[in-house]
Amino acid sequence: MMKSRRVLEFFIEGAIFLAGTVSILFVILIFIFLLKEGLALFRTVSVWEFLAGKNWYPISDPPRFGGLSLILGSIWVTAGAIVISVPIGVACAVFIAEVAPRWLREVLKGSVEFLAAIPSIVLGFIGLVTLVPLVQKIFGLSTGLTALSGSLMLGFMAMPTIVSIMEDALTAVPRSYREGALALGATHWQAIWRVVLPAASSGVIAALMLGIGRVIGETMAVMMITGNAARIPTTLLEPVRTMTATVAAEMGEAVQGSPHYFSLFAIGIVLFLITFIINLTADFFLHRKK
Amino acid sequence: MNPRITQRIAFTFLFLSTLLILVPVFLILLMIFRDGFQALSWQFLTAYPRLGMRAGGIFPAIVGTVYLVAATLAFSLPVGILAAIYLSEYAKDNWFKRVIEVAIVNLAGVPSVVYGLFGLGLFVIFLKFGASILAGSLTLSIMSLPVIITASREALGTVPLSFREVSLALGATKWQTIRRAVLPNALPGMITGTILALSRAAGETAPILFTVAAFYLPRLPRSIFDQCMALPYHLYVISTQVPNVKLSIQYGTALVLILLVLAMNIVAIVIRAQFRKRKLW
Repeated sequence: MMKSRRVLEFFIEGAIFLAGTVSILFVILIFIFLLKEGLALFRTVSVWEFLAGKNWYPISDPPRFGGLSLILGSIWVTAGAIVISVPIGVACAVFIAEVAPRWLREVLKGSVEFLAAIPSIVLGFIGLVTLVPLVQKIFGLSTGLTALSGSLMLGFMAMPTIVSIMEDALTAVPRSYREGALALGATHWQAIWRVVLPAASSGVIAALMLGIGRVIGETMAVMMITGNAARIPTTLLEPVRTMTATVAAEMGEAVQGSPHYFSLFAIGIVLFLITFIINLTADFFLHRKK
Repeated sequence: MNPRITQRIAFTFLFLSTLLILVPVFLILLMIFRDGFQALSWQFLTAYPRLGMRAGGIFPAIVGTVYLVAATLAFSLPVGILAAIYLSEYAKDNWFKRVIEVAIVNLAGVPSVVYGLFGLGLFVIFLKFGASILAGSLTLSIMSLPVIITASREALGTVPLSFREVSLALGATKWQTIRRAVLPNALPGMITGTILALSRAAGETAPILFTVAAFYLPRLPRSIFDQCMALPYHLYVISTQVPNVKLSIQYGTALVLILLVLAMNIVAIVIRAQFRKRKLW
């Protein structure tokens, strides 16, 4: 009886240990499988051509796999989203954490976080029927499917991440910091601007990094409203195509084992590395404050 | 400038920024509910799509999403809870635990379309599951793991240390202590976190794009090795791939998806609230 129980516990604790390490295993597996399929591209295309080549014609003959327009597409859309979401997101987090009355705080935070629960495909659909025609009308364009539409939508979608993590960071600043500033005669705003925000700076940076990570990785909404034209963008008012949208749009028609198929995994490697670095950095900042 | 005036300007900006986020959220919900309800009918929920998805209902997509969520639950819940138990009850505070934590953070940040690629590479092709419910739900499971682990670990962390000490002092083994004294008190928190993770999985499109989702299937999936339709992918198809689909059908599909996600969120919140009321410490 005792012996069988001990055997049982041995197996259960073994399972617990295995499950504990499974996260490491999956990160490694994801990277291995991306490399396994993605690196095959570089037997026919040079790394330089893939990263800096201007022509993305994966199904013409001969195919061209210059990914520059896709990389720039992602950068433009992301840069636009950052410009929109950083000031507004930071302001919203400060309002919720420092200015709003206590009873309102949970309601506001809950509402912003609720935005994160709306599936990106639904936001893409709503963007397609509201935002896209609006952008077209305001700027008098032939199509509203532009980088700007994508930036606006992605900036909006990054808000829950930015606001929620930053609000936590602001709330974690000890009360005595604020009281000290107020006792010295600072106004409420001066206390926030000069004392609370600098004290929470690690958390603020982490929140912004994770928000950016979310923007770069977003796929469906951005694919639906940016127009998907694989060419080098010169303004925000042109259609662009991001890396994520390229993978999602083209994998369906790529023949397994073809250079086209490999090239989409190669884009996956780039995306994985970018988000990996962003997450490591954000994690570093989050843990530094402790 | 007078600091009082500066403060007033600053606070006005903060308030307007908050409105700028919240007003669109409510407008979006309002639009989907207003225009979606017009399409909603018993027939819409229980009929198959007709006329190239320009008429009829979305029954197979609803069933497909329910199957995917159920299978994802079956895969991710046990692994997620065991992983959380390891981190909370067994792991020592050393570099190895840090590596696991960093891995979890990174899993949470991997773009959804990269999960799709990974699922395609590992489950569909390498393990030869083909595009199937099995491949799709395994992909969604791995994506849900970080959320489930983090929430479950938090739930375990709220169980007071004294519960463990008393149980161990009475001669219980470590696993008996976890099973009888710790888990029952952490379970509601774990379930809440899991439901929230699944509600996100239910709405994901990119991970199922190449691993399971079918453009159109005139029948329900027969086994876990079948493809299936799914609500998010169906919404993508009828709003971008098929021309001349009535807007009301698109709104109706969006509404059903949102209602499903909302219902799961509400269940999670109710479980958490019930548990807080009952909490004994």
